Amino acid sequence: MFERREVLALGLGAAALTILPRAAWAAADEAVQAFTGGAEMADTGVTLTAPEIAENGNTVPISVSAPGAEEVTILADGNPNPEVATFKFGPLAGSHEASTRIRLAETQDVIAIARMPDGSFARAVQNVKVTIGGCGG
Amino acid sequence: MMISRRHFMQAGMAAAAITGAPGAWSRLAAQQALTQDQLLQFDTFGNVSLIHITDIHAQAVPIYFREPAINIGVGEAAGVVPHLVGAELRALAGIAEGSPMDHALTPDDFVALARAYGRMGGLDRIATVVNAIRADRPDALLLDGGDTWQGSLTALRTAGSDMVAAMNALGVEAMTSHWEYTLGIERVTEIVETELAFPFLGANVFDATWDEPALQPYQMFERGGTQVAVIGQAFPYTPIANPSWMFPDLSFGVREERMAQVVAEARAAGAEVVVVLSHNGFDVDRRMAGNVPGIDVILTGHTHDALPFPVQVGQTHLIASGSHGKFLSRVDLDVRDGGVQGLRHKLIPIFSDVIAPDPEMAALVAAARAPFADELSEVIGQTDTLLFRRGNFNGTWDDLICQALLSEREAEIALSPGFRWGASVLPGQDITREDIFNATAMTYPEAYRTEMTGETLKLVLEDVADNLFHPDPYYQQGGDMVRVGGMGYRIDVGATQGQRISDMTLLATGEPIDPTRAYVVAGWASVNEGTEGPPIWDVLEAYIARRGTVAVPPNDSVIVEGI
Repeated sequence: MFERREVLALGLGAAALTILPRAAWAAADEAVQAFTGGAEMADTGVTLTAPEIAENGNTVPISVSAPGAEEVTILADGNPNPEVATFKFGPLAGSHEASTRIRLAETQDVIAIARMPDGSFARAVQNVKVTIGGCGG
Repeated sequence: MMISRRHFMQAGMAAAAITGAPGAWSRLAAQQALTQDQLLQFDTFGNVSLIHITDIHAQAVPIYFREPAINIGVGEAAGVVPHLVGAELRALAGIAEGSPMDHALTPDDFVALARAYGRMGGLDRIATVVNAIRADRPDALLLDGGDTWQGSLTALRTAGSDMVAAMNALGVEAMTSHWEYTLGIERVTEIVETELAFPFLGANVFDATWDEPALQPYQMFERGGTQVAVIGQAFPYTPIANPSWMFPDLSFGVREERMAQVVAEARAAGAEVVVVLSHNGFDVDRRMAGNVPGIDVILTGHTHDALPFPVQVGQTHLIASGSHGKFLSRVDLDVRDGGVQGLRHKLIPIFSDVIAPDPEMAALVAAARAPFADELSEVIGQTDTLLFRRGNFNGTWDDLICQALLSEREAEIALSPGFRWGASVLPGQDITREDIFNATAMTYPEAYRTEMTGETLKLVLEDVADNLFHPDPYYQQGGDMVRVGGMGYRIDVGATQGQRISDMTLLATGEPIDPTRAYVVAGWASVNEGTEGPPIWDVLEAYIARRGTVAVPPNDSVIVEGI
């Protein structure tokens, strides 16, 4: 934990923020397409909890909750590889929640998409800012 | 419940009733016109009293503190309090120009009014006010919003002990936190476990490894025959704005869903009143009040705003009590039939020449300062211009600090963080070592010297600007813009991140900043572990001592657009 935090030294932190090719967005769109087959997505049914500003872009805690969902996929639309994780819930699952930590290369949207048993989809999105920091007061 | 029934604002601040031409007043006349009784006058109301102090920044003795002339709000905060300054605030609050409350709340005619009305704050004066309120309402609940243990030479030398002892003596009953963590987690833990006489609350402070609550989220108080829950909310971006290596196992964040959960928990436990003691910053609290149901009062902090009236969002009242000990808020609540039926509020300005010092607190503060008396009082130089910190883009203290960094560290460009703490010094006054520490005292003061490319400098400015001007307050960090010496720039406040900063210019040559060239940059207060350099107060002291008398010219190197 300690050594990873040190990596965020000002110069390096700044370097890490240089703009990635926005081709990553296209990759995220493709991943959404692959998961949903292009189906409409509802705005309710999945809850995504993520910090507004990451304390450490290398390990950002996120959690999803989607009651009744069979599957939830997490995408980070600004990462070189936007597909973060997919959680599958069996019919006997006691809860439909999952938590993990993800690495975010820059400020970007984190997207959670849930597939429900009836084949419908729900989507939640949150922008997570990756910042140099250091001037609050 | 009718909103109007709840909104009993204390009519007229006593201080605002004074009229005249105070710029011409003698100090004595000003003091005779204002009385302690007027400042304390309050028609006791309901059955519960809250007393709020916040962001004292270790200012134990009275100080001058100039409020900002530029304090831009964006998004839902554009053009509304606390982003109204000067004449706009006077008009809204019905404050007479040149009145004591004008001096307390605005930067206008600051020097003349400061000479007329004297210094503000001081823990001994605050103690007098607290004692008077408690004489009236013995179980009044005294709450401290944090940023209490940092900001002075004595707090730095005693690792916060002087302020902890004073706040214990004052009878504070709960606090929350931000700069406290810059003492390091071991010291914070030691204070909380062995020195602090009251709970250190933080519903949004979590263990970073396990993502479990690290602090007590709330405390229930039985007052006025009812149950009052006080929920602590620490500054959400402490590990980003300050060095996280000093408290590596703590995680913060706004954590709105956590707040909703704790409010529900407190209500289920029998709370008829829910108070959030917050260090979110005003705009974040305003958003939170709209999103989280069930909060009666948010005692705001962090952004150093003082408001002479509550701001109501739905059923929630936001109280802003200023900083540096200049003000104390009294909030009386009428709690009946399971909830808050009415509220009465007064922002009490602590005019130190008018309010008598409490002898016990005065003795405690004097004893804490005694070991450092020679150091505190040593005169380093004089100033010909007002030295102040607040303003979104610059202040004369930071202009002076940037001058010192450019000169003493032989840099092309200087950066000084956009802190909002630091007392003011009037023209003609001596600059003592205490004054220098009031503007610089903290635990990561190293004045670094490094190289940055023009591209990196732009990235830094864009990043800080977004922390200040992001349209969603949950993405703001509540400081001011990083102060820059040796370089000018243009900022479009309303643009998006990456697009706000342009026309970066090296002032020495008038040439545009070259994105690919490396510039020698000096600064201080880096959040990175292992930063090297002399402490900023040594740099500043050497510069002032060599100059003898300093004068800070008006700063026109930042051009602001998009307001």
